[in-house]
Amino acid sequence: MDINEIHAILLEEFGEAAVGAAPHDCIDPWIQVAAESIVDVATFVRDDERMRFDHLNDLCGCDYFEPDEKKAKKFDHEPHVEVVYHLSSMSLIHRMKLKVSVPRWKDNAEGSLPEVPSVSSVWAIADWHERECYDLVGIHFTGHPNLRRILCPEDWEGHALRKDYEMPLDYHGIRNR
Amino acid sequence: MTWIEGRFEENVITTTMEDAMNWGQQSSIWPMTFGLACCAIEMMATGASKYDIDRFGAGAFRATPRQADLMIVAGTVTCKMASRVRRLYEQMPDPKYVIAMGACTVGGGPYFKYGYHVVKGVDLVVPVDVYVPGCPPRPEALLEGLMRIQDKIKQRKVTRGESQLPVPHHSGYSALNV
Repeated sequence: MDINEIHAILLEEFGEAAVGAAPHDCIDPWIQVAAESIVDVATFVRDDERMRFDHLNDLCGCDYFEPDEKKAKKFDHEPHVEVVYHLSSMSLIHRMKLKVSVPRWKDNAEGSLPEVPSVSSVWAIADWHERECYDLVGIHFTGHPNLRRILCPEDWEGHALRKDYEMPLDYHGIRNR
Repeated sequence: MTWIEGRFEENVITTTMEDAMNWGQQSSIWPMTFGLACCAIEMMATGASKYDIDRFGAGAFRATPRQADLMIVAGTVTCKMASRVRRLYEQMPDPKYVIAMGACTVGGGPYFKYGYHVVKGVDLVVPVDVYVPGCPPRPEALLEGLMRIQDKIKQRKVTRGESQLPVPHHSGYSALNV
């Protein structure tokens, strides 16, 4: 199924408040979804007869930010973080991407993580993907059954794939730089 | 047919206590079964038939630190793993030796600058006897490192209570052991 058709179906089902633009002049077209309606959209595209996206290939987090002030002028994105859902259908053999954009910090307060509803109730594999995304990019998935760090130690500070992340000087007495 | 066969028929061998002990220990360095990343694949190749680490008496990989003499730290040591490496080292009985195998364990390797979670050299965690550089080192390099450990054992002055560091030499014999 073509991404434009899927976009039309989702627009009809959820309206423009929930489903945003679908740029299709790129290699990997995607559909922008509002954070609060991602669980509904995910459940819909999984269960709908025409789509049957029964497989979540991957769930990525992405930080759009340029910490260097000189380079920041040329940086043509608003600072934000994104969650990307790579979906495919095993029965209908087609693929799609969904994207959710949220501000880098909740309420612009540095240190408080932005919130995205968890889709681990829709695709069970999202459990670990979301834990990794939380661990490294720092996105809080609300409604997740077990949102703990998965790669870094539990007492690690910060989220390492944030562009403005500073490496710790030492970790439990081990020099780190 | 080994080199020792037919040489000592019905004879008495005179040697020193420490030479006999060191000879025994250097010929049975049991490493710990312990691999952290890709270097462990090369360590396994060293243990397999082509390179055959058993020729040096070091082929008995022990599954517990309490039976091991040698820890080959093969692979990237992360901050999360460092405390476990330290604990394993402390559980080994003396005398114990450590080989830092590969660029990551020698000094952080490719993760030195941007790896937020990699210990910049395992010598920040445990004392290292021999560094084997390479990414990953060839099995020959690891065997060379093992021979340097053997040199180190050979030089131990057990009965005199002093130890001298050997001068490594590519022949496999150290300069002090004339």
